[in-house]
Amino acid sequence: MKFQKEYRYIGKATPRKDAVGIVTGKAKYIEDVELPRMLHGKVLRSPYPHALIKHIDTAGAEKSRGVKAVLTHKNVPPWMTGTPRHVRVLDEKVRYVGDAVALVAAETEEMARDGLALIEVAYEQLPAVYDVEDAIKSDAPQLYDAFPRNLLPLDAPIFGPNTLSAIELGDVEQGFQDSDFISEGTFSYENIPNPLPIESPGVIAEWSEPNHLTIWSATQCASWHRYMMLSKMGFPDIRTIGTQCGGSFGSKNYSAQPMLYAAALAKVTGRPVRVCFSKEEHFGAFVLRLGSRFKGKVGLKKDGSVKAISGEWLVDTGAFSDQAQAQVAVGLGEAQLMLRCLNWDLKTKLVCTNRCASGIVRGFGGQELESALLPIFMHAMEQGDIDPTEFFKKNYVKPGEGYYWRDGNWWVSKGKDYSEALENGARAFGWAEKWKGWLKPTAVKNAKRVGVGVSVHGNADVGEDVSEAYVRLNPDATATIHACVAESGMGQRSNLCKMVAETLQISLDRVSITPPDSLINPFDFGLVGSRGTYAVGSAVISAADDAKEKLFKMAAPILKTAPDDLDSEDGIVFVKGEPDMGVPWRKAMGMMQTCTGFGRFEPDYSLPNFLALFVEVEVDTETGKLDLLRVVTATDVGQIIDPPSLEGQLYGSLGAAGMDTAIFEESLLDKNSGHMLNLNMMDYKWRSFTELPRFDNKILETSHQTHRYRAVGVGEVSTSPGPSAVLMAASNAVGKRLDGYPLTPDRILQALGKINPVGNKEIEK
Amino acid sequence: MTDQKKQSRDTINLTINDVVQEFEIGDHFYQVKPYDTLAETLRETLGLMGTKVGCNQGACGSCTVLMDGIPVLACMTLTVECDGKQIATIEGLQDQTTGKLDEIQQAFIDHTAFQCGFCTPGIIVASRALLNRNPSPTEAEIKEALSGHYCRCISHYHVVEALLTVAGKSRK
Repeated sequence: MKFQKEYRYIGKATPRKDAVGIVTGKAKYIEDVELPRMLHGKVLRSPYPHALIKHIDTAGAEKSRGVKAVLTHKNVPPWMTGTPRHVRVLDEKVRYVGDAVALVAAETEEMARDGLALIEVAYEQLPAVYDVEDAIKSDAPQLYDAFPRNLLPLDAPIFGPNTLSAIELGDVEQGFQDSDFISEGTFSYENIPNPLPIESPGVIAEWSEPNHLTIWSATQCASWHRYMMLSKMGFPDIRTIGTQCGGSFGSKNYSAQPMLYAAALAKVTGRPVRVCFSKEEHFGAFVLRLGSRFKGKVGLKKDGSVKAISGEWLVDTGAFSDQAQAQVAVGLGEAQLMLRCLNWDLKTKLVCTNRCASGIVRGFGGQELESALLPIFMHAMEQGDIDPTEFFKKNYVKPGEGYYWRDGNWWVSKGKDYSEALENGARAFGWAEKWKGWLKPTAVKNAKRVGVGVSVHGNADVGEDVSEAYVRLNPDATATIHACVAESGMGQRSNLCKMVAETLQISLDRVSITPPDSLINPFDFGLVGSRGTYAVGSAVISAADDAKEKLFKMAAPILKTAPDDLDSEDGIVFVKGEPDMGVPWRKAMGMMQTCTGFGRFEPDYSLPNFLALFVEVEVDTETGKLDLLRVVTATDVGQIIDPPSLEGQLYGSLGAAGMDTAIFEESLLDKNSGHMLNLNMMDYKWRSFTELPRFDNKILETSHQTHRYRAVGVGEVSTSPGPSAVLMAASNAVGKRLDGYPLTPDRILQALGKINPVGNKEIEK
Repeated sequence: MTDQKKQSRDTINLTINDVVQEFEIGDHFYQVKPYDTLAETLRETLGLMGTKVGCNQGACGSCTVLMDGIPVLACMTLTVECDGKQIATIEGLQDQTTGKLDEIQQAFIDHTAFQCGFCTPGIIVASRALLNRNPSPTEAEIKEALSGHYCRCISHYHVVEALLTVAGKSRK
C-alpha cells in the first residue's frame, strides 16, 4: 500500500536550512555566543568518590584576580535536582570523583581556574560502593540518608501516578511449565558508555530581574530547560534559548548541572555567566548511560514463542539521575514490544552508586534493558536451535495486540506489521546464506572467524507528549513557523519547514522557523524519542492548515466565493480549478497584517515502530580484535521526509553509545579509587573514518496512520538493537557464548582461554 | 620601562586568511600570552569562531586549520609558534569578494554531509588540504586523510560521498 502521491519537497533531498552557516563556520554554538560583561564559571571537583567536606576555605579564591564570586555548600541557592528532588547543587557530602565542591565565577576562564586552585578543602573520606548488588546490601555505604540500601523510589510520578516500574502479567510458573527451553542467568550492560557529543555541555545564565532567568544552552530540547527546571529552582520565570547544538544523543536534552552552576553564579554576581564543561568534565562529571543488569529466567516454546519472563532488572544511576524512573518505565514498555509474552514477572530496582550521574542517552532505558535481557534469550534460542530472525518476527507486537506503556496504561497497537520490513532487511543482508546456526561461524579464514547477528527494537514513542506550533503567513507570501525546536543534528527544523512548504504549496525558501526560544514559541516537548516527525510534524501541519483556513476566510469576499472553494499555490489564493483568477496573499490579507494558525498534537502511544539491525563481524582469534564488516538496518518509516537526514539517523547507530558499546566503548571506572581512567578522547575509543563497515539501510515506505505525510521517525530505535546483535554475531564467530560488553580483545581472548584475567583484576568495568 | 625595552617588545606576525596580523606577546589582556593556543587566538582575539574546539586534547580534529597548507590542530599549537606562518581557517575558504562557497563546502551542502555540524569546519579544512595536494583522491585516501576527525553523529558516509563527488569520482 505505497502512498503514491508525488510531493514537491517531501521525500526529496533538500539542503538543510542551516547548511550555509554550518559549512562556513558561522553557525553559533554555545561557545560562540558572547554577551557583554559575561563571566566564566568553573567547578572545583572532588578527588574522592565518597567524602564529607569538613572544612572549606575560600578566602584566597575570593581575593584572587578577576574572581567575582565563590560558592560552596554554605552559600549556594537551595535548589534541588535528581528524582525525587534530593540532590543539592553543592552539598556537604561528595558522592563521586568529580562531584562539585565549589563554584567560581571570574572575568576569564583562566582567572576562574586560578581561583579554584586557591580553595582549601579538608575531606573526611567515606567508604564507597560501585556495584549495584553490593550497594543494596544492608551494610553498604549509603549515599543519601533518605534512601536506605541506596534504593531510589520508582514511583516518582514522571508519567503520572501509574508510571510503569514492573511488568506483572499472567502466571509465570505456568508459563515456565509450558516452556520447552528455559534459560536463566545474569547479564550486564554496565560499561557506562558516554554518548559523547563532540561539543561538551554548556550553558549561559543571566538574571534580568530577581525572578527572571534567561538560559542559553547547547541543547536538543530547549523547553526542558524551562519546564524540567522550574520546580528544581523554586519556580523562577525561566526563558530558554537553544543555540546550535554540537550533538546531544539525549544527553543535552537539558544540561541540569551546568545550568544550575551558571544560574547560581549569575544570581550572586548580577552578570551573565557561562559554564562550559571541559572534555574531561564531560567524560567524568556530566551524565553517562544507566548501568543495567538483568538477573532472571526466560522460557520459550519450540516454535520460538515466548512463554514466560521473570527476574529482576537492577538499574544503576550512579550518584543520581533525573530521568531514571522515566527510562525504567519506557524500557519496560519497549521490552514488551519486542517480546510478546502472556506471563511476566519483571521487577526493577533503582540503585545509586559512587560514580558520575546517569542521564538521558539515546536508547532511553530500552537499549539498557534489551542489551542485558536478550543474551539470556539467546541461550534459550540456542537450546532450541531457533533462528533469531524467526524469533524476532514471531515475537514483536503486531497490530491489534497490546502492551503496558510508560504511563501504566494498556495500549493496543494500531501500527504496522513490520514483517515485510524485517524480511526485506534479512534478504539484503543475506541472512539465509550467512546464518549457520548458534555458535557456528559463517566463515573461517585461518585465525579469523566471521559471524552474524540480528536484533530488533521497538518503541511507542513516535507520538509521545505534546507539541504546539503557530504558523504565521506573511503578506509577502512567506511563512514563519513558531515552534520550540532545537537543532542538534537531526535536521528536523528543516524537515518541519518542508512539511509546511508542502502544506502551503509555497517554495521551501519562503518558509522559516523561529529560534528555539521558550518566550516566543508555544510549548513543545522537544526532539526526544522519535517524536519529531509525527508529533512535532502534526502540530506544524495543523497550524499551517489553520492559517490557510483563516487566509481563505479573508480572501473569500474578495474572490466572491466561499472559503471552502479556495486553494493557494505559491502565494496566490484562487478559486479551485481557476488558478489564473487568483489574488496574492498581500491582497487577501492586506500588507500591514499577518495571518496566524495554531496547531496542537495530543499524545498517541498506539503506534509502535520497529527497527531490525543485522551485523556481520570478523573476530581475529589470535589478537582478539573484533571488526565490524557489514551492517544492515531495516525498518518502515511510512514516508521518507528527507533521505539524507533519515540515513544520518540510521548510520548514527554506530556512534552515540550505540553499536560500538558492544565493541570498544566504555568508561573505565577504577573500583579502588573511584577514578575514571579514560577521561580523554585518546583513551576513550571511538570509530574513525578508516574503520567504517559496509552499511546499508533498507527502508520501506508503507503509509502509517500519522499525519497527512504518513511518516514516523526512527531516531530512538536505531541505536538500541546494536549491542545485542553484535554480541550474538561475535559469539557465533568464535563459537562461544561471550559474556559481557564491550567485546574488547582482552575479553575475547579471555573467553577463548588464551589469556588469564589476573592482569585485569584491578580494573573492573 | 626603558625606551629600548619598549622598542624590543616581542611581536609576531601571522597571515590569517591572507590578512597580516601583528600580535604583541605578553600577559596583558590585549596581548597574546606565550601559552595561548592558536585556537584561543583565532576564536577569542580575532573572533574567528568557525574554528571549533571539541576536545581541547588534540584528539578530535575539530579545530583543524591549515598552517602553510598543512592541517594542524589549533588547540595543540601555540600562537607564538606561528610567527611568519600562513594560517587558513574555515572563514577563509569562501571567496572573500564574491561570497562564493568553496566546492567542498558546496558539496557538503548538496550531500548533507553533516548532522550537528560541529566537526564540519575541521573536516572541510582538512579536506581542502587533501584536495590541494591530491585533486583526485581515492576513497581510501579520503578516509586516511580524515582518520583523525571525530564525527559522533556518523556523517562519515555522506562526507566520503561528497568528497568523491568533488574528486570527480563516483563511489563504487
